[in-house]
This record gives sequence, structure tokens and C-alpha cells, in this order.
Amino acid sequence: MSVPCLEISNLSATLANGVRVLRSVSLTVEPGVVTALVGESGAGKSMIGKAVLGVLPPSVKIVEGHIALEGIDLGDLKSKARRVLVGERAALIPQDPLTALNPSRRIGPQMTDRLVHILGWAGDKADRRVRQLLDEVQIRDPDRVMQSYPHELSGGMRQRVLIAAAFAAKPRLIVADEPTTALDVTVQKQILRLIAELQKEHGTAILFVTHDLGVVAKISQNVSVLYAGKVVEQADTPSLFASPQHAYTRALMAATPRYTDPLASLKPVDETVLAGLASEIAAADRDWVAP
Amino acid sequence: MILQRFFIRLFTMAITLLGVSVVVFVIIRVAPGNPIAMMLPPGATDADIERLRALYGLDKSILQQYGIWLSGVLQGDFGTSISLRQDVLGLVLNRLPATLELSIVALLIALAIGGPLAVIGAREQGTGVEAGIDVANGAALSIPDFLWGLALILLFGVLWPIFEISGRVSPRLDLPFATQFYLFESILRLRFDLTKDLISHMFIPALALALPLAAIISQLLKLSLKEVMTLDYVVLARVKGFSETQVILREALKNAALPALTLIGVQFTFLIGGTVIIERLFSYEGLGNMAIDAVINRDLPLIQGIVLVFALLFVTINLIVDMTYALLNPRLRHG
Repeated sequence: MSVPCLEISNLSATLANGVRVLRSVSLTVEPGVVTALVGESGAGKSMIGKAVLGVLPPSVKIVEGHIALEGIDLGDLKSKARRVLVGERAALIPQDPLTALNPSRRIGPQMTDRLVHILGWAGDKADRRVRQLLDEVQIRDPDRVMQSYPHELSGGMRQRVLIAAAFAAKPRLIVADEPTTALDVTVQKQILRLIAELQKEHGTAILFVTHDLGVVAKISQNVSVLYAGKVVEQADTPSLFASPQHAYTRALMAATPRYTDPLASLKPVDETVLAGLASEIAAADRDWVAP
Repeated sequence: MILQRFFIRLFTMAITLLGVSVVVFVIIRVAPGNPIAMMLPPGATDADIERLRALYGLDKSILQQYGIWLSGVLQGDFGTSISLRQDVLGLVLNRLPATLELSIVALLIALAIGGPLAVIGAREQGTGVEAGIDVANGAALSIPDFLWGLALILLFGVLWPIFEISGRVSPRLDLPFATQFYLFESILRLRFDLTKDLISHMFIPALALALPLAAIISQLLKLSLKEVMTLDYVVLARVKGFSETQVILREALKNAALPALTLIGVQFTFLIGGTVIIERLFSYEGLGNMAIDAVINRDLPLIQGIVLVFALLFVTINLIVDMTYALLNPRLRHG
């Protein structure tokens, strides 16, 4: 078995007041595989992505555990080496395409700056690479787009630009942080298909953060279900959907609205399931001693 | 479209100046103090006083006086100074360059101090470095410019005399200048010996003016930077591998400067107002120094001329700030 693209082991993080937001999270992303991280809002799924990329807000501190990118423990590196390693090998597809591009810079330089300044490519090589990726995300007029400012493009176009920029640097791992949540439903489907196509073509591993089980089923091979910063279930995607083991996973599936039965009322997660989760979390915290 | 907006701005500027002229004209005539009394020797007869009042037109109603003055101004005639017996426009234009140079040098010093402090404070947010910058900003802001002037005179004029503390230029020097913009002209003529002398005179008054503004720039820009630095595109730049300093300079600074710019423009007009006292303190031959003399002598035409020039400066600065804003913000440029 090869070295995992991303290996998170026993990761715990707390807020300044000592409240745990991640509870001994372990998960592995194999090279070229899409692993979904699913949970409701506040479960800490975006936090895991941010921890991997080294952009946690200052209020969150990692107190325990390791994050290894292609076998290199990020905790062993000095901040500059870590920054450059993440810049070279990982990328982010952000949640909100409307705020993830700098409003006062043209699209072209925003897409090439990592290639030129971090990876040290020549300017024209970076330009060609970005043009090629814009073509792959089905933007017909790459020159015009690269000359544009973000406000001149639609939300869907901007998300394509951000996807192209993420793949342009040939990263081994992409963290996709709810990349379709801010888009409207018709565009969501196209963007999802686009990410799936580019992922297959480039063989990039993706940590796909989402709250949407429908998206999980479409795009991922593995899935981790997160509740209150704790992984409650981990499985490959087909078996998770075929036989969910944890009561919370089953409740989440039951809570997902179905297009086939639009008249069925939405089913919230059951009280007894939540009570079970609460005692599980409490038990985990009781055994845990802050390092 | 942009041209149309520009002309609308020019029109509103004219209205503002008209308003200022009315207010100043009325106030200095209603306020106690009489220019005629300053001119005549003791024991002048009532007839002498009346004759002089008629000579300067002060016997007419304020409205009539204003009409006469305004029609003169529109033809480029700002009247004659009562105390100096010279053309007001000539006097003002002669002094204006000195004040402009002082203000611009002060602004450059303020930017040179405040800008880097803002960037350092934003990069080191939450640390002792940021706290230190906050304390320094508080001190620089709470001490007014003329007190800074006195403190700097003590420091650089008395204890460690490396700068001149009086005048604009050493009197013994031969000045080859064609304009009153001594500093700019000395640089253009490559007469750096004169530049050095002028800077040596200008540095302390400019620094005194600059310190409070530097604190404002540092504080406003730092706040603005900290806000921008939480935005998604800045986070994305960090993920790309850029260092915190690179992130601030490449991504955050331009967007953070926009909201700070308007406020800094307003604060710069306060700085120009501050030149009045600072020029007096340093015997700097500028417009502000002349303004104080004009007020002491109740020199009505000269006061009006000077105030109008200051008002013109203020509205012009506002216009420049607005145009710079449009230039920096691509959404307005294409709009």
C-alpha cells in the first residue's frame, strides 16, 4: 500500500476557552480518491479542512494529533516550510465564489500567482497552463476571462475559475469546502460534474466537505460522518448507503428530502438519536485528558 | 459619464466656495474689532475716520460690500490688503506654495510612518508589537500638532540641534528660483544643496504636523487591513503558500486602503488647517503665518482671500480623494 495522500490521526482542537471542537479525529485520504466529510453545520468539518491547509482562525488551537501530507508530518515543519509545502501540494476550492476572488485584481494574475511565485514557473508557461485549465472547465473565452475583474463574471463562472485555479498547480490533494453550497441548484449540478471529471482526469485526491448526502453519493468513494467534531462512522460510500451502522447516519439519511417523493414531510433527526450522541460525546470527553 | 460626474462635482465645489465666502464675509464684519481703528493714529477726528471708512467701502451695507467684493473676485480682483497695501491675490499666491510644500511633505512623512506601522500591526495582530503600535498611536494622536512642535523644537533644536527651527530657508543663500515652490524647484534644478537647506528648515514643522496624521493613518489602515484579512480571498492566498507579509501587500492592502482613503483625505484637510499655528511657531513664511497677521490687523480683504484659498484647497483635496477612489476601485471605474 502506498503512502496516503493525507493522513489525519487523533486530531483534537480546542477554542481559547478550552471547549473541544475536534475530538480525536482520524481519517485517511488515499491518492486519487475522493473522501467526503459529511455532517451538519457546526460539526467541525470545515475546521478539519482548514487545519490541513494551515488556515485555522487564531481562536482555534490544535492540542493533539498529527496531520501528514504525503507522509510528511506538518507538525514537524517550521511555519515557512509548512506554508510552502501546502502551497505546492494542496489546494482549496472555497465555498463562496463571490468572496474568494480579490475584487481589485484581474482574474489572470490571481490564477497564475501561485504557479509563478510559489512553484517558480515562467510567466508564459503559467499562462498556458491556466488557459488549458480554463478550457477544461468549459470557459469558452479564456483570454477575456483572464482580463476580467471578478465582478464582471457570474457566480458559476467564478466557481469554474476557482476550480481551474485549484487544479492548475497540479496539487496532490484538494480540499473542497462545500464548493456548491453558495450556488443555485441548476449550477450546482454542473459544478459537481465538473469537479468529478477533473478529479478523474488529473487523478487528484479530494477531501470533499459537504452537508449534503446526495453530493456524497455522487462524488465520493469514501465517507466520514462527523458529529460535534467526532467521527461517528467511516466507510466506503456504497456500503455506507447500503448499510449505515450508526443511528445518526441512518437519521441523516432519513432526513434528506427526496425528489421522488416531494410530498413527504421532512423528518428531523430523532430525539433519542441526539441523546445517544450526547452521551457518546460526553463519554469521549470524560476519557480525554487535555495534553 | 465620468466627465459628466466631474462637471457636477466642479459645480458643487463652486457652490461650497460661495457659501464659505458669504459666511466669512459676514462674520468678520459683524465680529468686534475695527480695521480703521488699527490704521489711524490716536486723536484722529471723526471726519478722518469717516473718510477712511468711505475709502475702503466700509460705510456701505454688508450686502452692498459683498456685491462689490464678489464682482471683483469674479474678475480676478480680490481687493487690496488694508495692512500691507498690496494686491490680495498676489500676496496669497506668493505665500501659498510655501504652505503647500509644507503640507505635502507632512503628508509624505505621515504616510511613510503610518503605512508601515499599519502593515506591521496587521501582521502581528494580537501580539505585544500590535499593542505597542496602539500605544504609540494613542500618544501621537492625543498630543496636538503645536505641542509636538514645541517638543520637537526642544529635542532637535536645543538638545540635539541637527535641524533648523525657524524660517523657510537660510537668509544668506542666493535663491535662483523662478517660482515660490522652492523645494520642488530646487529638486528640478538639481540644486540639492538648496534642497538640503530647505528640508532642514521644513522637517521639524512637517513632522509636528505629520505625527497625529501618521497615527490616524496607522490606526485606520490597520483596522481596515485586519477586516480584509479575514476575507475568503486572503485565506485562499495563504493556502497558495504566500507569506503573511506577501498576503497583506499583494491581496489586502489595496482593498483595505479604499475605505481608509476617504477618512485620510478628510484628516489631511485638518493637517492643512494645522499649518496656521505651526507656521507661526516656526516663523515659516507661509499662508498660515500671514493669516494670523491678517486677523490681528483686522485686514478684512486679506482674511477673505486667505480663507477662500484654504476652502479651495479643501474642496480640491476632496475631489482628488474621490477621483483616486474611483481609480483604485475597478467596480467604479467601469460603472
